[in-house]
Amino acid sequence: MRIPCPHCGERDVSEFRYGGDATKTRPKHGEGDLKAWHDYYFLFDNPKGPHTEYWQHVLGCRHWFKLSRNTATNEIGEAS
Amino acid sequence: MFKPYSALALAQHALSPERPWPRAWRAPEPKSSYDAIIIGGGGHGLATAYYLAKNHGMRNVAVLERAYIGSGNVGRNTTLIRSNYVIDGNTQFFEHSLKLWEGLSHELNFNCMVSHRGQIVLATSPVQLDTYARRGNIMRLNGIDAELLDRGQVMALLPYLDYSKDARWPIWGGILQGRAGSVRHDAVAWGYARAADTLGVDIIENCEVEGFIMDEGKAVGVETSRGRILGGKIGIAVAGHSSHVAKMAGLSLPIESHILQAFVTEPVKPMVHHVVSWGAELFYLSQSDKGGMVFGGHIDGFNTYTQRGQFPRIQTVAECAVSLLPFMSKLRLLRHWGGIMDMTPDGSPFICRTDIRNLYFNGGWCYQGFKATPASGWTFAHTIAHDEEHELNRCYALDRFEKGRELDDYGIGNWTYKQ
Ligand SMILES: Cc1cc2nc3c(=O)[nH]c(=O)nc-3n(C[C@H](O)[C@H](O)[C@H](O)COP(=O)(O)OP(=O)(O)OC[C@H]3O[C@@H](n4cnc5c(N)ncnc54)[C@H](O)[C@@H]3O)c2cc1C
Ligand SMILES: [Zn+2]
Repeated sequence: MRIPCPHCGERDVSEFRYGGDATKTRPKHGEGDLKAWHDYYFLFDNPKGPHTEYWQHVLGCRHWFKLSRNTATNEIGEAS
Repeated sequence: MFKPYSALALAQHALSPERPWPRAWRAPEPKSSYDAIIIGGGGHGLATAYYLAKNHGMRNVAVLERAYIGSGNVGRNTTLIRSNYVIDGNTQFFEHSLKLWEGLSHELNFNCMVSHRGQIVLATSPVQLDTYARRGNIMRLNGIDAELLDRGQVMALLPYLDYSKDARWPIWGGILQGRAGSVRHDAVAWGYARAADTLGVDIIENCEVEGFIMDEGKAVGVETSRGRILGGKIGIAVAGHSSHVAKMAGLSLPIESHILQAFVTEPVKPMVHHVVSWGAELFYLSQSDKGGMVFGGHIDGFNTYTQRGQFPRIQTVAECAVSLLPFMSKLRLLRHWGGIMDMTPDGSPFICRTDIRNLYFNGGWCYQGFKATPASGWTFAHTIAHDEEHELNRCYALDRFEKGRELDDYGIGNWTYKQ
């Protein structure tokens, strides 16, 4: 699998680290009860199909970015 | 009770080849309703149906399998069984499983080729060996066999490791569980399927569950590719597809689906007589009865439902193999494949009731679901039949993260594979 880094261009997946679902919103610090934090941290939509996720170009520019990918096919979409 | 497979039957069939062996299980049309429906015909679903019938007298049961029996992880795993855990809950559960493995071929009248060849986990630093001493003490306090090995003892048992002065991973010793070993995985699926079928369970292949039928907040049936089927109780046991199926019932799970790859080399003469593993890279290797070296390591590291592995992982696992076992550099890879596993925050599974009445959940098996198969079916059947967890699976509830009851056997925190 090859991933398009918005800064460096398309590179091999081995240069990147996966950062999980990018569509969840983290409760504000000091806000939200335990349940809200539990759901944010532990529960995942984990869809079979389109997914928007974080990746970091660890062995490159080290930018974090969002990538859309289809988890049923690994087809890569937009990175931003 | 079962159609007997025996030496005599084998001889009779050899002498009269015109009479083929009968089907090992029927291929029934789905009935309109069952007392219990198990979704997923992997090892866990089949074992659950078998123990529902055998231990709890529930025989009006269906197992609904999307594809064919053995197509999932039960036929893709690397067949290792062991019970060398350190956390209460895991320790007792996996030891119960190992005990069930010990009598399984007789119980099912099906040769599962259970081989207690022993597993040796290598220590490549003195600190690692200290943690193994602790692990061994915990196991022995629970009545489980464990033996700490020094470098010389490992050399005697595994002469083919790299013991040279400048070995990349110096061998300090290891820990041996003699009762650990390997089992022929597809025989487990076929054996449970045949035994469950004989007790009256309908095993329905090519039947995909596509939705749940709810009535006043209770699960009362499923919509499938072969029509609507009602069920008094419904159990989910779909391994890597847990989130996908649970979502149809409106449940969100603490699970992500990841791919794990495995590898087998060309066959060679018998040489590796144990399961050899090394915790640091989750690397493990054993030699199959056909002679191939079967081995694997970590998951690829990002969520996916494709059973297609990435090249970088092949490279790391191969490097690990060659640096620990130099002979591996001379062998050619024959096959490699992947399976989708449901990974949980603490690496431990779920066998429990859910917030929806009559809907039960079994999943989150991470790397360890094969060895768990007998105990998983045994406890899940109890949970479904009694609408209550058994003492052995009380720790595997879905709300354990809210309650602060995580079962982090490696002691390294949540979602470690993402760190
Ligand atoms: C490469 C690899 C190596 C492994 N090695 C080991 C090991 O050495 N030791 C160990 O203990 N564990 C190991 N595991 C883990 C183990 O294989 C799994 O945890 C275990 O097999 C999962 O349970 P199962 O057998 O019920 O799964 P499966 O066999 O995957 O069964 C689930 C079934 O559900 C079906 N299904 C899915 N969705 C639907 C639907 N909507 N409707 C109907 N049916 C559906 C699937 O088709 C599948 O047949 C390994 C896994 C992999 C991938
Ligand atoms: Zn970059």
